[in-house]
Amino acid sequence: MSRKQTIKLTVNGRAFERLVEVRMTLADFIRQELDLTGTHLGCEHGVCGACTVLFNGEAVRSCLILAVQADGASLHTVESLADGDELHPLQRAFQDHHALQCGFCTPGFLMTARAFLKDKPLPTREEVREAISGNLCRCTGYQPIIDAILQAAQDLRGLKEHAK
Amino acid sequence: MASKSTRNNMEAQNRPGNGYVGRPLKRREDFRFITGRATYVDDIKLPNMLHGAVLRSPRAHARIRSIDTTEALKLPGVIRVFTFRDLGVLAVPVPIRMYHLPGLEAHLQPLLAHEKVRYVGEPVALAVAKSRYLAEDALDAIEVEYEDLPAVIDVYEALKDQVLLREETRTNRAAAHEISIGDVDRAFQEAEYTRSEEFRVHRFTGNPMETRGLVAAFDRGKGELTVWGVTKLPHLNRQTIANFLKMREHKLHFIENDVGGGFGIRGELYPEDFLIPFAAVNLGQPVKWIEDRREHLMAANHSRENRCRLELAARKDGTILGLRATIYGDMGAYVRTHGGLVPCSTAALLTGPYRIPNYRAKIHLVVTNKTGLGTFRAPGRYESCFYRERMLDLMAQDLDIDPVELRFKNLIRPEEMPYEVGVTRPGSGPTIFDSGDYPSALRRGLAEFEYDKLRLLQGRLVDGRYHGTGIACFVKNTGGLEPYEGARIVIGDRNDVAVYLSISVLGQGHETAMAQICADALGVPIEWITVFHGNTDITPFGWGTFASRGTVMCGSAVHLAAQKLKQKLLKAGAERLDTDPSSLDLNDGKIFRLNTEAPPVELSEIVSQVRHSGNFNEGFPELAETAYFHSSQMTYSYGVHLAHVAVDAETGMMEVLKYLVVEDIGRAINPLMIHGQTVGSAVQGIGGTMLEELIYDDNGQLLTGTLMDYLLPTSRDVPDIGSVILEEKPSPLNPLGVKGAGEGGIVGTGAALANALSHALADYAVQVKTLPLTPERIRAWIRDGSASKKT
Amino acid sequence: MKPASFDYFAPTTLDETLELLHEYGDEAKILAGGQSLMPLMNLRLARPKIIVDINRLSGFDQIASTADGGLVIGALTRLRAVEKSALVREQNPLLAAAMPLIGHFQIRNRGTVGGSLAHADPAAELPALAVLLGCEFSLARTGGARVVTAADFFLGYMATAIEPGELLTEIRFPTWRPGAAWAMDEIARRKGDFALVGVALNAELDGTANLRDVAIVMFGVGGKPHRIESADSILKGRRVEPAVLRALGQAVAEEVEPDSDIHASAEYRKEVGGVLARRALESALARSKNGVKH
Repeated sequence: MSRKQTIKLTVNGRAFERLVEVRMTLADFIRQELDLTGTHLGCEHGVCGACTVLFNGEAVRSCLILAVQADGASLHTVESLADGDELHPLQRAFQDHHALQCGFCTPGFLMTARAFLKDKPLPTREEVREAISGNLCRCTGYQPIIDAILQAAQDLRGLKEHAK
Repeated sequence: MASKSTRNNMEAQNRPGNGYVGRPLKRREDFRFITGRATYVDDIKLPNMLHGAVLRSPRAHARIRSIDTTEALKLPGVIRVFTFRDLGVLAVPVPIRMYHLPGLEAHLQPLLAHEKVRYVGEPVALAVAKSRYLAEDALDAIEVEYEDLPAVIDVYEALKDQVLLREETRTNRAAAHEISIGDVDRAFQEAEYTRSEEFRVHRFTGNPMETRGLVAAFDRGKGELTVWGVTKLPHLNRQTIANFLKMREHKLHFIENDVGGGFGIRGELYPEDFLIPFAAVNLGQPVKWIEDRREHLMAANHSRENRCRLELAARKDGTILGLRATIYGDMGAYVRTHGGLVPCSTAALLTGPYRIPNYRAKIHLVVTNKTGLGTFRAPGRYESCFYRERMLDLMAQDLDIDPVELRFKNLIRPEEMPYEVGVTRPGSGPTIFDSGDYPSALRRGLAEFEYDKLRLLQGRLVDGRYHGTGIACFVKNTGGLEPYEGARIVIGDRNDVAVYLSISVLGQGHETAMAQICADALGVPIEWITVFHGNTDITPFGWGTFASRGTVMCGSAVHLAAQKLKQKLLKAGAERLDTDPSSLDLNDGKIFRLNTEAPPVELSEIVSQVRHSGNFNEGFPELAETAYFHSSQMTYSYGVHLAHVAVDAETGMMEVLKYLVVEDIGRAINPLMIHGQTVGSAVQGIGGTMLEELIYDDNGQLLTGTLMDYLLPTSRDVPDIGSVILEEKPSPLNPLGVKGAGEGGIVGTGAALANALSHALADYAVQVKTLPLTPERIRAWIRDGSASKKT
Repeated sequence: MKPASFDYFAPTTLDETLELLHEYGDEAKILAGGQSLMPLMNLRLARPKIIVDINRLSGFDQIASTADGGLVIGALTRLRAVEKSALVREQNPLLAAAMPLIGHFQIRNRGTVGGSLAHADPAAELPALAVLLGCEFSLARTGGARVVTAADFFLGYMATAIEPGELLTEIRFPTWRPGAAWAMDEIARRKGDFALVGVALNAELDGTANLRDVAIVMFGVGGKPHRIESADSILKGRRVEPAVLRALGQAVAEEVEPDSDIHASAEYRKEVGGVLARRALESALARSKNGVKH
């Protein structure tokens, strides 16, 4: 019976141990306790997807998970995409295609896309459109985001083949 | 006609040394956004920071009998709870800043409710605690005793004046305004054809992905206040808050960091903009307040809701003679900073891009027990375009004239430019369309959309669905509104140029566009330039970013400042090189001696010398220029929307198969970003027309209180949007020739979709007169039409 | 929007879980996928005093075949696992077809089969499927267990037969009849939203294209999934022709008693429910004629 618990988890490859209030959401934990403010809060009721992170490799809405539920988990946030200052193909593609304006929804889309492309490396346009339909954007109208993800899929495939 | 245009599936190009304006450059600011390193207001953390939460009225209309904060204050971590009483002599209402129609000032919003609450969501108290979690616990513990009063939520009901929002005004009709051009009564007398209709646009709003938020920090030692999260009109906001706090303006530092969209909603003054600084000053600790989405839906400005009785007079050959309109604007419970703007803007461009010499509009502004109304992307213009374009299609059908031909017949022609419409805004000069070729834009739209093929499908049943194509022509004022904007450019000696803007940025990409303008006018590589904005300390006094005026006003200021600075640099260079400025040119960051083989001189050399010696440049070591661009006149973008829809008549489900926006914006600084604005605003418009609605029940309860009920469009709800940028008629009103982009893409969405739907369901005699276009409503129209359908 | 305070338990065994549920009764709320409960808690519309997080239980997330070719799915199985399961695709094409309709993939990554069924939103797909297929729900409590059939499980708007102290542990799907014609469809404001109205049906034809058996369940038409009683009398033994289909549509529209809300009126749901049922039967038959399994 407790209102606080210690959790141990890995975030972007680094191990953390923290004492948290049981009612603290994972999104707030990431933003406030770990100072990773790239993950954003757009609605806090699981509709907008701005808070999307990878939880053991799967895209989830971090506003709908309690921090204590992440004990033992491995998380990845938008901050894990770039390698130092070297951008991930998804990030480059977003810039190339003007797939962001205000940028608030962008981390959520990037993480959703990351999970999606792992699952489906060569999607059709329609499949991309469906995959991102759980993320809201008010600025871009989605089109350039779809273009960017398709581009990134090509780029990632190219990198993979190059690495072989 | 040297027309340039670009279709939206372009490739970005980077051709150094060839001029930046007009190129679809990738945005330079993107890095921080795609890496999660941007700083939105909720990302700001200060030591000892406290968190605020606002207690909002759960009643639409009630007297406040008592507010008891005792239990709340007992909770651990709760620091203070402020109510109206705590404001004391500082209690001022939120001011009106524009469209001050007489009567509106009686309906200003108090910073915290006292005596009465008048809408669900009205701030009643502010709790400040060590975390947002604890602050919300405090809200739960505040006990407010309300005595319910009946609520009015409908404009016509409110006009009966049986339930008054303010007893002392004796009426809910807060204000009225009339505009009159020509002789409208005579036009109606002489008309061979008239039609009268009642239209309605629903209540919806912008919903940027980032809700509102503020961090305020008061330095007790210096007596200075810093506020983050203010935007749109930071200088003006600062002035107002300084007056409120009885502090000197220069002791307030308003800083706009990264902003998650605005669309007109964010940046107006709300009670929280006063309360949070007030709390910070009072408590001596930084206070953060971040609005959550549920609050946003009930507290941030609503928009659009109005009704229009529209009458049209014409000749049988389709020549429009006059328009008569009565517009009822549902202002909500309090008139906010925009005053009467939204309903007045509905009247302002109701005649659109057409030649309508006789026009009268009566505008009634009515208060109701709902959230206050404010601007949302193309306020009033989305509404008036819907009313007018629907009326044109109705007229076309009545007179058996092709709806496209009808539009060509009445569109203002390029040889009539500049075209004076007349005075259509209160307290303003006449509306004058400065330049444009409206028929050309329509022709282009029809061609791109393959309209000739699509019209063969009008009303036809194909694969179980009825098809329809609708069009809407529009004109949109941009720029102006407030008289000027400024820019300051400073050049350092290490190839670094700083551009300080007086406007704010809400995601539009001004950091790139302004850099393009500066690089071209100054003659330096774009990589040298950093653009700063939204900090009242470092940017010249300005008005703000709204009405698509950012590039028009501030871009022009940047251009002028860069030109002046270039002249200054050439003069300094001439002094240094012992020659005449007219024999020099500055390009690509180097000073060239014209007509010689001499190698160019690096600009940095000149700047360095000036800076460190103080010998040149009339003793001014700093090489900088400030310029203001003044314009009292608006410049008008224009174009057309085309929509092709398919409707399942049995379910009322409508799908948008194809959508195109053609807009002439005079000159595109960055086509990539312009297309981005157009596509984004079209999607907002389609979503707003088909999915979004702020719905109240009879008791004034907001039923669409979360995003589960207020439905925003997702990627699967809209098609890819076609966008054609035209630059056929640059604006003569500013040095760049630009007209604002950003709203044109939304203006015609309601109209085009409603026209398309009406064509699709012609068999059922469906004529759309109200929005939104939901399956429920579409089915109801079909049902009504079926009763009279011929088999 | 932050949740109110609560005490939190994350038991690792079924016994522990049941003891907690027994002790705290209706003060306790079970947290599984959280996709329905967490929004309510963030909005403070739900303020449970006790949260029993069952995500640490093991063994309740399996999908297995039963001896008679049906399926048994653990209550904690993520919806996404069901969506990706080859076994489900093979043994219950209707269940497989329903999965992509449920929310978005991020929701399905966390949401569980048990959670969706226990939440019992009348506009949700899984409850309707469970009723259509005649699933069996295993409920455990300290000192006992019982099985409830789908027909008895859904009681009304977000209310099920689960008593305080009980935990839904697994759901049994009966054998899928090979050659069965099936269809599932819904009308929603946006794809992925809860349905305004929806239909799930399966049917069997005898060789001559007359309907032998048909079951139709409507959802979004009231407090719980609604099995169309009159389907049998209208359709059984009949050849499927336009007049018969029209009669079905009409019967469905007349039989269901949906509620009105801001998204659709009762009248709309009745009317469109009838249309969906008619179209679903048409498409089920077309699918079966073409030999398309899934």
